Amino acid sequence: MTDTISPFDEAGIEATIREAADARTPILIRGAGSRAGLGRPAQAGRTLSTERLTGVTLLEPSELVVSAKAGTPVAEVEAELARVGQRFAFEPFDHRPLYGGEAEPTIGGLVATNASGPRRIYAGAVRDALIGVRMTTGRAETIRSGGRVMKNVTGYDLVKLACGSHGALGVITEATFKTLPAAETEATLLIEGLDDVHGVAALCAGMGTPFEVTGAAHIPGQGGQPARTCLRLENFENQVRYRAGELAARLRSFGAADRLDADASRALWRDVRDAQPFLGSPARALWRISTAPTRAPGLVARLGALVEAHLYDWSGGLIWIATSAEGDAGAGRLRPMVRDARGHATLVRAPDAVRAGIDVFEPEAPALARLTAGIVQAFDPAGVLNPGRMHVR
Amino acid sequence: MTGIALPAPDPAILARRDEIIAGLKALVPGEGVITSEEERRAFETDALTAYRRMPLAVVLPSTTEQTAAVLAFLGREGVPVIPRGAGTSLAGGALPQEDAVVLGVAKMSKVLDVDLANRTVRVQTGVTNLGVSAAIAHEGFFYAPDPSSQLACTIAGNIAMNSGGAHCLKYGVTTNNLLGVTFVTLKGEVIEIGGDALDAPGLDMLGLICGSEGQFGVVTEATLRILPMAEGARPILFGFASPETAGACVAAVLGAGIVPVAIEYMDKLAIDICEDFAKAGYPRDVGAMLIVEVEGSADEIDEQLARIGAIAGDHGATYARQARTPAEAAAIWKGRKSAFGAMGRVSDYICMDGTIPTGTLPQVLTRITEICDNAGLKVANIFHAGDGNLHPLVLYDMNDPVSLAKAEKAGEDILLACVEVGGCLTGEHGVGIEKRDLMTAQFTRIELEQQMRVKSAFDPNWLLNPAKVFPLDDRLPKVAA
Ligand SMILES: Cc1cc2nc3c(=O)[nH]c(=O)nc-3n(C[C@H](O)[C@H](O)[C@H](O)COP(=O)(O)OP(=O)(O)OC[C@H]3O[C@@H](n4cnc5c(N)ncnc54)[C@H](O)[C@@H]3O)c2cc1C
Repeated sequence: MTDTISPFDEAGIEATIREAADARTPILIRGAGSRAGLGRPAQAGRTLSTERLTGVTLLEPSELVVSAKAGTPVAEVEAELARVGQRFAFEPFDHRPLYGGEAEPTIGGLVATNASGPRRIYAGAVRDALIGVRMTTGRAETIRSGGRVMKNVTGYDLVKLACGSHGALGVITEATFKTLPAAETEATLLIEGLDDVHGVAALCAGMGTPFEVTGAAHIPGQGGQPARTCLRLENFENQVRYRAGELAARLRSFGAADRLDADASRALWRDVRDAQPFLGSPARALWRISTAPTRAPGLVARLGALVEAHLYDWSGGLIWIATSAEGDAGAGRLRPMVRDARGHATLVRAPDAVRAGIDVFEPEAPALARLTAGIVQAFDPAGVLNPGRMHVR
Repeated sequence: MTGIALPAPDPAILARRDEIIAGLKALVPGEGVITSEEERRAFETDALTAYRRMPLAVVLPSTTEQTAAVLAFLGREGVPVIPRGAGTSLAGGALPQEDAVVLGVAKMSKVLDVDLANRTVRVQTGVTNLGVSAAIAHEGFFYAPDPSSQLACTIAGNIAMNSGGAHCLKYGVTTNNLLGVTFVTLKGEVIEIGGDALDAPGLDMLGLICGSEGQFGVVTEATLRILPMAEGARPILFGFASPETAGACVAAVLGAGIVPVAIEYMDKLAIDICEDFAKAGYPRDVGAMLIVEVEGSADEIDEQLARIGAIAGDHGATYARQARTPAEAAAIWKGRKSAFGAMGRVSDYICMDGTIPTGTLPQVLTRITEICDNAGLKVANIFHAGDGNLHPLVLYDMNDPVSLAKAEKAGEDILLACVEVGGCLTGEHGVGIEKRDLMTAQFTRIELEQQMRVKSAFDPNWLLNPAKVFPLDDRLPKVAA
């Protein structure tokens, strides 16, 4: 067991980081630990937890804005938003279905991993909704970037830099998001029996219509169940009805579309978001691959027998692929093919020993890697924050 | 002659002018290197025209490779570089200095690839903003960020400033519609960042570069997200007796779960000047006006406008008129989008660009009026109301230095008022030289130093657009240690 420190405020975070930097002893940064399986297993004697920095600090529905301290459970913020008829547009991704465990995901972890769900394809990622952060850097200094207004180009956009930084730059202590009204209702059009190529083509065709498809996933056939190509509409009741009709007509050449009502639609998209329900045994390794949608089915075909199960989200641009967790979880064969498809791959789940031995995130080209290293150095000169979580140092 | 200090040119660089020009000519052939005083004059300012500096030379590369060679050369020689798109920056972002070479992307203006299935385009960054949408309009697609300067401004400038537009309430600003860039460093390295695959792991360099005001490197190509056009769109005009009632109406619309594509605010003076120019049919007898636009099929639009109309009625709208034809809709937008031009016909002005929490609108408008009354200046307010981005236009007389100084001071005070209520100095125009010295009002010393360290990571010798964004004193590399 490592020693865990859970400061109550930013001063405590600063003190902990200062001590670590002075002594050059690495620390791990943790929210609740619900996403601890992500990234390379980092080693450190000490863990700094944000679990005691909690609370929604600003909720202004008429300005579409919410702020919360880093340790606040995502579910708590979502509940507050639901109370005023709003939500996070990016549909927070929850890693628990992949890793198991009870830990309640926090706002800090959501931001640090830029964890977006199916609506990302329509409404943007966490990084697009994030409009302000407070962060204690590896220099033990607390800085702000952005703020509470959604249009802000004052100074560099360190908000984007913090989002998805996996703790490499600092400890995010508070985050502010642009929110959106929750839709009045939703429905999903379902076309059955398409192969991957036609399924993704149908998704792309749907995304190219004016009907604002907010989820576009293709679930390949499995165990006697036919493949399902799913397109979600969310809006006011009348609009959803009208748009479902129009969209079905535009997609007729792909087959007749069934319509799932709001409840069935919600259940389906929860499963698509979680991905795990379609990917078989949790003992399998799991890759998350991003490429342009139309290149996705070809990539899956080339990966061939490596693919034990798969699922397309984001109009096909996000492919979840389950592989055997043996050896390098398929990295040696998979990475070059993904690069050929001008995509990138993240090994989202694999035993620690596997993740310790290979690049978990897509390796960066050398010139880009040098820039990244320069930025990390600018925030954490002693190199004590989550060392090795993102990249082999 | 004007209030913002600019660094004294380095005499050692000025003395090497011929040599530097010869070096550039060896890398970029023919008319790509501009040296005559007459031709350089076209580059001596941007849309912050009160400030002018004649650059050492101007270079317009035709390819990414030439750009890389030029940057490597200038980096080696220690010559400052001013990246430039169309020069429409309102913040002095593209203002040259006498010892700097302007590097323009004007000769790289092609749309390279249109990929409708994946909804992306690949462009050279010298293409105009409107040029992107024009290239895909016949396919029923458009590029969403729509700065009012879209006829002239380039994607390069849009990326550097993270520009917005009237329709970004729904569609986001440049950074939300940018998927990848080809980025050239001062060492002459060509780096591909992002692409047509979403959310690459690693630090979000794309997000960092967008809005970096030409201080990190030169962007020569970009992959942009494009969107299918809505079935239809229709603006509606609402008139209100006072700014307060208009502001309350905006909050109520958003609070009711309706996010229109655009909500634009104009005050009395702005209405009069735009109406004189564009004959858009704006109401003359109101204290403030909102343009609200919604999208969808005709029935959908009717339904949304009915909801919004009911809210506006509850909030005391004294006037409401929908565009009934595409021509009327176009006229309504023409009035708004030509606001700056229309204003320019009647007076010199400086255009401010603060953002405020929308709830503080009435309070801030009162403060703006106070500030300008005290200075004896007129002000017209134009405002992206849905997202709190204010554009007070402070009118002055360019031939009267006292009036300019007063206008600059009033502008500063307005921006400080925005920061005070929890907003910021600039919502979409950027810091440039204009707001450089106010940065200490928004950020602590520690915060500014951290930003400067990021600049140093890209540009250790501060050659790229060096006099912008940060106050001139107390700068890196002093804090680098
Ligand atoms: C009438 C008018 C209306 C406007 N309306 C809006 C509006 O609605 N919304 C809005 O956001 N802005 C608006 N602007 C401001 C301006 O148009 C934008 O900032 C625009 O993005 C600038 O583009 P540009 O091509 O003119 O860039 P420039 O002015 O040439 O340069 C702007 C900045 O970009 C940098 N730069 C240029 N090219 C590159 C490159 N290749 N690589 C790296 N850095 C580069 C420059 O160094 C400079 O800092 C308006 C301006 C005017 C005059």
